[in-house]
Order: sequence, then structure tokens, then C-alpha cells
Amino acid sequence: MRSRFAFPLAVMIAAVTQFAIAQNGNMTLPQSVEAGTAFSIQSSGSGNAILYIVGPGQVLKRDVQLGGSTFFPAGLLSNAGHYLVVLSAPSSTDSGAFDVIPAKQPADLSFLAKPSRLSVGLHNGISGAVYVFDAYQNLIAVPTPVSFELSNQLSGMQTHTVTTRDGAAWTNMDSSPKQGAANFVARVGSISSTRVIQQVPGEPCGLRMNARRSGQKLDLETDPVRDCSGNAVSDGTIVTFTETYNGSQSTADVPLKHGIARVEMPAYDGALISVASGVVMGNEIRWGK
Amino acid sequence: MLKPLLAVCSLLAATTAFGADQATVRVETTTLHGPRPLEKQTEAAVIRDYLQAWKSLDAALDQNRVDLLDQDFVGTSKDKLTNTIQQQSQLGIRTHYQDKAHDLQIVFYSPEGLSIQLIDNVEYDLQVVDHDKSITTQKVHARYIAVLTPSEVRWRVRVFQAVPE
Repeated sequence: MRSRFAFPLAVMIAAVTQFAIAQNGNMTLPQSVEAGTAFSIQSSGSGNAILYIVGPGQVLKRDVQLGGSTFFPAGLLSNAGHYLVVLSAPSSTDSGAFDVIPAKQPADLSFLAKPSRLSVGLHNGISGAVYVFDAYQNLIAVPTPVSFELSNQLSGMQTHTVTTRDGAAWTNMDSSPKQGAANFVARVGSISSTRVIQQVPGEPCGLRMNARRSGQKLDLETDPVRDCSGNAVSDGTIVTFTETYNGSQSTADVPLKHGIARVEMPAYDGALISVASGVVMGNEIRWGK
Repeated sequence: MLKPLLAVCSLLAATTAFGADQATVRVETTTLHGPRPLEKQTEAAVIRDYLQAWKSLDAALDQNRVDLLDQDFVGTSKDKLTNTIQQQSQLGIRTHYQDKAHDLQIVFYSPEGLSIQLIDNVEYDLQVVDHDKSITTQKVHARYIAVLTPSEVRWRVRVFQAVPE
């Protein structure tokens, strides 16, 4: 049998943590209890009874002496929810209910961020959603301000503060103009959670090539390929050179190496040579004439 | 002002495995806070799986069988319900949650599509059985917040928590 507590000090402590008192038949119940705090249930009458506290999150059962106070110490009832309370005596059964509400202090964040990798300079390209929990993994449903911060070494910090609704908050962020890993942080008070977002260069911008004769060939070479924010486009990105001459067309796909694409193509007088990467067109060169 | 927003968009009858046990289900017009649009198929799947989770919860707590939670619960909610079942088993208690009516509203679909939050104003009968003796059956009205996350073939309940009305 679990112990029964009925001492005045405990009742005083419990009274502090209870928000209101309600009378339910032979029971006096708190209307709500903060998760993990002490509380007590007072009964009237005489004799023995069994007290049940029942909810999906927790179940408690106590043998009690009617007419006394049953004390539940801190930490015992910690799962937020709606609880049915039943006092079952040989001659009567009383019931009531109370709510266990989450602790006020946030202790844990569930932080969903997406994507983990994206191009630089995308408006609203990064999204984050947060659920705020207390130390007992109860969702804190009262409005709570959440600070979202996105920063990397080369760019300034973006900060959005959003207040939760029913425990959830979300935001969108722009990816920064500079490539590199960025820390995406969600923060509530002293609690934070961090996700790393890889920001990679965007599409090439201002793609430009030069041509130079090399014997019977043309030596084609791009300038260092950069995106519109000045970040070097990743090596391996394919650059396509196309030579059109006398109704025929030759194409060469070349990966960037050290930021530059280079290829040799036949040197025909009057040939039209173009360069592109993906959907980005570069300059054209009319060779010879 | 609120009434138009809360206009009932559908009235369904959720048929349980027991035939006679039917919960009425009202689905309020979705008023999402969040940028991600909610497809009708997704909404229907979430509601279907959430209602099924109530059946699983009832069966698991009525039979004190943790394995009955596996299909519909995951994470924190599953851990807490598992603990409750273990407490019930130790105390010789069983509980029967017979849902009678759900008034559902999906309120948040996270931008990356990995979580959906709904509010359920639910009515259910809660029966407490101690060593095969029925102690009481009470009608309960509660407001639940649930967060569901997608798994292989269904949405599972990750957060399941009543909040004061």
C-alpha cells in the first residue's frame, strides 16, 4: 500500500501550487495543477476509501482515510492532461476532474528545419518550425515567444521572433548571399536548438568565355565562373560549349575545374561559338571573319 | 466573426470496429497558421488516422496491451501511454475510453510537411475498472491538442495532450 500523507505543512505547500479549489461531493479538488508540482486532495466523511486519479497520461491509486488530506508530492503527477478523480468508498462513489497544465518554464524544443542544403540568396528559402515543451515533455500551449536566428561567418544575422500558437511557431528565412554553413537557431529563453544549413553557390551569373587559336584548334576557356553574389560556382558544374558552322553543330560538356571550364574545338572561320551552364546563357563568339 | 470561421465543413460518422459504437465527427473549416497548403487527401488521411488512434488508445488501455499502440502512436505520446499501461497493470486497473464525439480542426501544417497539429474538442465516456470491478463511468469533455507526423504509410500521433478549455 502506498503511503498516505496528511500533515499540515504538506497541505500548505500544495495549496501554493493549486490554482483554485472545487468541491466535488466528498472531495475538494484543485481545478488545475502545474505539472510536477505537489498538490493535495481533501476528503470529508469517515472510514476508508480508494482514490483514483485517471488519465491517458498517468494513473494513480491511493488508499485513503476519509476526512483527511491526501498529499501528492512534487514530481509525481507530471504529464499534462485532463484527469478524472474518483473517490470510491464502500457506500458511495464521488468523482470530479482537474487539469494538469504544463510547467511554465520551457525545457525542450522540437525544431524542424528545411532544407539542409540550398542555394545562396533565396528569398524565404529556409523554413523552421518549433514545438515548445516543458521538462516533462508536455507541449506548452500558452503563447511563448520564439526567436529564430540564421547566421554564418560572412553574413549578418537574420532574426525573427514569433509567438507560439497552441505550442507551435514557424518562420521563413532568406538564405544569405555568401556560401557556407549557416547556423539556424531556435531559442526560447535560455533553451535553444541548432540546425546547420549548407548554403551553396547559385546559378552562374555573367558567364563569359574567351577563344584563342592553338594550331588547328580553338582553345576555349571561361572566366572564373561565379554566381550573382560573387560566390565561386562549385567545381563539377557542367558548362556546355556549342560550335555552329556551315549548318552543323558540335557540343562539348565540360565540368568546372578550379572554377574554370576549358575545351578545344575545331577552328573554323565563321563558326559561331556559344557557352551556357544549365539555363544560363553566356556570351557568343564569331570566329575568324 | 468567429462563427463563419468555425463553420462546419463536413459531418461524418466514424464507424468503429464494434459497429454500434459510433462517434460523431465534425471537421471545422481549416484555418491554418503556416505557409504550407493542406491538400484534401492529406487532411482526410490525418483525420482518419487520428480517429483510429483513439480506437487504439481505447483498446490498449482497456486490455493493458502496449503493442496496440504501435500502429498509431510514436515518440512522446507512445512513451507516456506505455507508462500509463504499465501503471494500470501494476495497480490492477483497466480504463475504457469510448469516444462519442469529435469536433476537429487542423490548425498547423509545418512548412516542411513533417508535422500536422489539430485541436479536438472531444466527448468520451471513461470507465474505470479495478480488478474487474467497474468503479465508475463518467462522461468527459476535453480539448485535446494532437501533433501527428508521417510514417511509412500513415500519420502517427506524436503529441496527445488535453489542455484546459
